[in-house]
Amino acid sequence: MSVLADIAIVALLLLGGGFALIGSWGLVRLPSTMERLHGPTKATTLGLGGLLLASVVYFQLRLGIWTAHELLISLFLFITAPISANMIAKVHLHRTRAGAATERDSIAGAPPRPGGEGDEGADWATFAAPQPGTPASTASD
Amino acid sequence: MKRLLPHPGLSAMLLIVWLLMANDVTIGGALLGGVFALVLPKFTQPFWPDRPRMRFGRAFLGYLAIVVLDIVVANFQVARLILFRRNRDLRARWLVIPIRLTTPEAITMLAGTISLTPGTISSDVSADGRFLLVHALDVGDEAAEIARIKTRYEARLQRIFA
Repeated sequence: MSVLADIAIVALLLLGGGFALIGSWGLVRLPSTMERLHGPTKATTLGLGGLLLASVVYFQLRLGIWTAHELLISLFLFITAPISANMIAKVHLHRTRAGAATERDSIAGAPPRPGGEGDEGADWATFAAPQPGTPASTASD
Repeated sequence: MKRLLPHPGLSAMLLIVWLLMANDVTIGGALLGGVFALVLPKFTQPFWPDRPRMRFGRAFLGYLAIVVLDIVVANFQVARLILFRRNRDLRARWLVIPIRLTTPEAITMLAGTISLTPGTISSDVSADGRFLLVHALDVGDEAAEIARIKTRYEARLQRIFA
């Protein structure tokens, strides 16, 4: 029983460590900022998930303690990872618009306009206030 | 009831998170968590101008299951791209997704889901809240990818935030 538990813990640790390594490797080798974002937001989620599961199994089977902290860590990770990725992407959009970006642009080129080509209404990465009466507006009506 | 608990979902979440944080269910912990669950939503009320109705039933649990499954699949897909695809063969694209969700909470959940699942990161929402800008790491067919996101996630979110 204890050998089986050890095998499960080691497998989870290897899985988690492997994915964390792949995510970091993606950060190094992908061509530009927007592509690099994909490494840490995806591959690391399963990496951390594997490590946390290993921690749960270890405390449960080896020490006989039931822990819930790992659940909380993954909850906070799921809330914060998309937000930080979104912030970095927005900063990148603003910098390329202002011509301040020295790093290579995304290999996808410039983003298309929201309403299709030729739509002068709205654009990405503006400092304009959200239009009233739309989901983006926080003004109470 | 409405005045005492302006945001029942937030109150329940605070109490559960507090008990998980203490890692133990005791009377003292539950009392302290209960105080937080009562006081914090009341003080942060101005930050939640209007709260959409959410259904925490079968639709919500089904959505969670699909997202967790997709996250696992996404990890293997992105890992394969990182390890075996040469940079010049990557078909990175910007996708503009027209959204039908109307509340900020629902759009935030859609954007967060997109960021966590296969090869896509939501980058921005247009100032009128009708379009979402998504960066995809490797897409062959843009229209099919947009349709997949709309049917797989948005349609389910529409049912949750109905």
